[in-house]
Amino acid sequence: MFGRLTIEALPLYSAVAAGGAAVTVGGALLVAIVITWLGAWRYLWTEWLTSVDHKRIGIMYIVLALVMLLRGFVDAIMMRAQQAMALNSGGYLPPEHFDQIFSSHGTIMIFFMAMPFMTGLINIIMPLQIGTRDVAFPFLNSLSLWLTASGAGLVMVSLVIGKFSTAGWTGYPPYSGAEYNPGVGVDYWIWAILISGVGSTLSGINFIVTILKRRAPGMTLMRMTPFVWTALCSSVLMAFAFPALTVACALLALDRLFGMHFFTNAHGGNMMNYPNLFWIWGHPEVYILILPAFGIFSEVVATFARKRLFGYKSLVYATAAIAILSFTVWLHHFFTMGSSPNVNAFFGITTMIIAVPTGVKVFNWLLTMYRGRIDFHPSMLWTVGFMVTFVIGGMTGVLLAIPSADFLMHNTTFLVAHFHNMIIPGVLFGYVAGYMYWFPKAFGFTLDRKWGAASFWCWMIGFYLAFMPLYVLGFMGMPRRMEHYNDPSWQPYLMVAAAGAGLILVGIACMAIQLVVSVRDRRRTADVSGDPWDGRTLEWATASPPPAYNFAVLPEVRDREPLLDMKERGTAWQRPPAYQDIHLPKNSMVGVVMGGLAFVLGFAIIWHIWWLAAACGLAMWVAMIARSSDDDAEFKVSAAEVKQIEDARYRALASQTASRT
Amino acid sequence: MSAAVMHATPAAPEGGAAATHEQRALGFWLYLMGDAVIFALLFATYVIMVDNTAGGPGGKALFNLRNAGLETLLLLVSSTTFGFASLTARTGNRTAVLFWLLVTFVLGAGFVFLELREFAGMIGAGAGPDRSGFLSAFFTLVGTHGLHVSVGLAWILIMSGQVMMKGLSVPVTSRLFRLGLFWHFLDIAWVGIFSIVYLPGLL
Amino acid sequence: MAVAAALSAGACDLRHSAVLDPKGPIALAERDLLRDAIYVMLVVIVPIIVLTLVFAWRYRASNTSAAYTPKWSESVRLDAFVWLVPALIVVAVAVLVWRSTHKLDPYRQIDSSVPPLEVQVVAQDWKWLFIYPGQGVAVVNQLAFPSGRPVSLRITSDTVMNSFYVPQLAGQIYAMAGMQTRLQLLADQPGKFVGRNSMYSGGGFSDQHFEVVAMTPAEFDAWAAKAGQAPARLDAAAYSALAAKSRLNPVTYYSAVEPGLFDSIIAKYTHAHHAPAAGTPAGAAPRR
Repeated sequence: MFGRLTIEALPLYSAVAAGGAAVTVGGALLVAIVITWLGAWRYLWTEWLTSVDHKRIGIMYIVLALVMLLRGFVDAIMMRAQQAMALNSGGYLPPEHFDQIFSSHGTIMIFFMAMPFMTGLINIIMPLQIGTRDVAFPFLNSLSLWLTASGAGLVMVSLVIGKFSTAGWTGYPPYSGAEYNPGVGVDYWIWAILISGVGSTLSGINFIVTILKRRAPGMTLMRMTPFVWTALCSSVLMAFAFPALTVACALLALDRLFGMHFFTNAHGGNMMNYPNLFWIWGHPEVYILILPAFGIFSEVVATFARKRLFGYKSLVYATAAIAILSFTVWLHHFFTMGSSPNVNAFFGITTMIIAVPTGVKVFNWLLTMYRGRIDFHPSMLWTVGFMVTFVIGGMTGVLLAIPSADFLMHNTTFLVAHFHNMIIPGVLFGYVAGYMYWFPKAFGFTLDRKWGAASFWCWMIGFYLAFMPLYVLGFMGMPRRMEHYNDPSWQPYLMVAAAGAGLILVGIACMAIQLVVSVRDRRRTADVSGDPWDGRTLEWATASPPPAYNFAVLPEVRDREPLLDMKERGTAWQRPPAYQDIHLPKNSMVGVVMGGLAFVLGFAIIWHIWWLAAACGLAMWVAMIARSSDDDAEFKVSAAEVKQIEDARYRALASQTASRT
Repeated sequence: MSAAVMHATPAAPEGGAAATHEQRALGFWLYLMGDAVIFALLFATYVIMVDNTAGGPGGKALFNLRNAGLETLLLLVSSTTFGFASLTARTGNRTAVLFWLLVTFVLGAGFVFLELREFAGMIGAGAGPDRSGFLSAFFTLVGTHGLHVSVGLAWILIMSGQVMMKGLSVPVTSRLFRLGLFWHFLDIAWVGIFSIVYLPGLL
Repeated sequence: MAVAAALSAGACDLRHSAVLDPKGPIALAERDLLRDAIYVMLVVIVPIIVLTLVFAWRYRASNTSAAYTPKWSESVRLDAFVWLVPALIVVAVAVLVWRSTHKLDPYRQIDSSVPPLEVQVVAQDWKWLFIYPGQGVAVVNQLAFPSGRPVSLRITSDTVMNSFYVPQLAGQIYAMAGMQTRLQLLADQPGKFVGRNSMYSGGGFSDQHFEVVAMTPAEFDAWAAKAGQAPARLDAAAYSALAAKSRLNPVTYYSAVEPGLFDSIIAKYTHAHHAPAAGTPAGAAPRR
């Protein structure tokens, strides 16, 4: 009846595990209680959970990302603390708990923090920047969100019922196969990724069609913003790389569920195929994450240096080159698997080549700063911090790309330091810069600058403290993923790294305080004009937050900095003579219901509760068919209503201008 | 914004039904290309594992050319009959569309039946997907294709229902177009399977 | 003061670290590669870092004496520079990569007047078994060999994927069941080194380190002779017992080894239909 689910699945075997479960359950209960106390269930359901509005979906993605950032970061603190202590001792964690933590840390940060953060930012801003009303497939957008949340839910549930995988975020067989890991851990990992992977693939398709087919009149490809270009290239990667991950995980699942022999030791399994499949996805994935961050940096630099972005054409070509080349380098993740020198050298060289367009971008940002007038808004701080730190990671990447040198450094903490040196200053700083830059657009008031700057400095210094020692430890021959160790010369470095993690925790606290303080002061810092930074691109032409239809009248674009162009012509914020009816997609509960069903389906498969899995599968089918047969999915905002909304905005704009003169 | 721009903006949903159809077609193409990536990787997996028989039977012992040929015939003809369904949809002839959809369905169902029978036979002879890496790869590649065809069959039924209940409206014909893309894509994938799995296995 | 002391201690550690202070020619060549690559890259990244900080300072909004050219955003010459210079650097490094990758191929025997010592390595949970076909002995968790003589390793796994790693002497290579990978190493002088598994393989992974001892040739002969006197013999039953999960195995010697043990461990997973021809390793990891 319950498959292999028994009472033993509860984490009562250790205090740490029980603590984690308690916090998870307690946290969920707390949220439910607060919502109930505020009487907000109905509001939440009708305005948010069933919304197909890209702006709302984007905000929910970012909320998910920030919550999972906390969860993933707790994992990081626990690991650093363990390693700082565990010289010739077991540390404070029970056996193999550390192994679950390093696995969930990576899985969460990539799939449930970085991907949703990025998808959220693209969702909110990209349609505004291209001058359209919504993405091409608003319902699929909602579905993608809830599939992602469903995957995150499975990872969270693994804290309470059962265990998580100990096979790392990469899940290599045969260790992750049924023979060596028959329990539920690896299955949690597989299904969380498979389910959210479908969501990401759909988002990629959605964004491509939106950008290619829904741009405002006059916006040629070479007039799109850098962020939209990077979103486009990243989306192409999403659409074509995620199928590889689906295959890798699905084949592993088939081995585990049906005793197949794709990756087993015996019976004709070929374990070397898995790293190939996984990294054919995995390498493009890191570019999926970093390209939009590059796009954000491009916008932030131009806005806060008050200068036109340098080398726009170069940046576009570089972005496209990076996207294409990202499919040609995957073997550099396993130079040590025994390939011939020809193969290893080939992939080493392609990896070098991809460094060229990345370097071009850095130079272009530098030349944008040159002879600008730079305002050090926190987003600009994050950008400068990125520029100086990311290149170090780039250097260590080139080192690792030399196969014979990689033989010395692979799977050591040097590698760990390298990829964090790319992802933290690159991806995370970029998304946080975007978050602080575009927050007023989404919510109508700005974030506190002081706390934003404090958060930056803690992250910046904390990052160096946490990861430079790991480079040194890699040179000292320390492998990654070690729960304890016997070499005393390693410990001082691990203690410094732990201190760095602590400082980053302070940085995260500063971000939380920034949010609280900003909400408290929101009337004072309200963004009335919708353009708090004297921006150059279309999103700043809308109100903050924009009305459901974004633009009452779709803009006509003449330049790649459309708003600046309009300001210079005097046509910005001109009141149109008349309004038209606007049709918008209706909200739909099918997305959130499918997400819930997917969650239960995943859970049922993991625990071998076959009747429940079949029922959920069937229900999802029925929901899908019902939804796709629905021809009445839009509602109308009448011209009169539009006029009302717009008139209110123009009144507010006028009063703000009046109060300024 | 100038008055000229104002009047250029359409009152109907942005761009209207034509734009919606175009966007959905593009979106579906992109999905199919992603599906193509999945098949390509399953093909690659099959090719590198084709000799991993683990002392068990290989293609020569297991594959039946007549069966594979019959499956090919059924699928290729079904693509043609679906083509007729697409053509008659343009003329607005509801009955003809339903007829050709039905024929396509029968041919596709025949394909699935033959394939299931082949699988059952192999499993019964101890050559199931858990016997060796080669067989895992075979069953997964061919089975994934068969699963797609089965989904296509279900979709044909649903579209038949929609044609009956809503007629050949714009959304319905738009969906038929995408179903056609799907069906023809599966045909191409099968040609690949026949050429890469069955023929070399038997020669 | 404390920071300076910490940094100088760190620099000292770094200088003597396993990777930067190798004890054999393979690791030395690999380290020199690293060093050369670092110098080349520093030529690129130091100017970038310096310029970023300089520009951030000089062009801050409050510095109204600095020039301000808000519309300047194109320059063909600069564009050419930023594409070409990194491209040229990449070409140079690519040549380095091609040559070094072939020269340091782990399957390629080290050039030497002395024939290599053959050792067969089996990764187990969570220890390492070393079989010496020439000496007819086997050892757990200790790889001993004469200094100045190349060691030619054939490596497999009787469990999940592992990675055989001796940072001071050579790089690493994966150990995989049903397959054989190869690694060469050479120690210039006698000494004691650390070997590890660098690929997480389960609960005992953190304890999966082993001694690596380079001895004078005379000492090595004595060591082999002593191992040949050990009471334990590695027959099929003893091997089964050894392969069971265990951690922190002490160094253990076996005076005799089941004939063809290494090949049979590989064959267990490959269902080889016939015994491998002499000299051709059964189930060598396919190289493309």
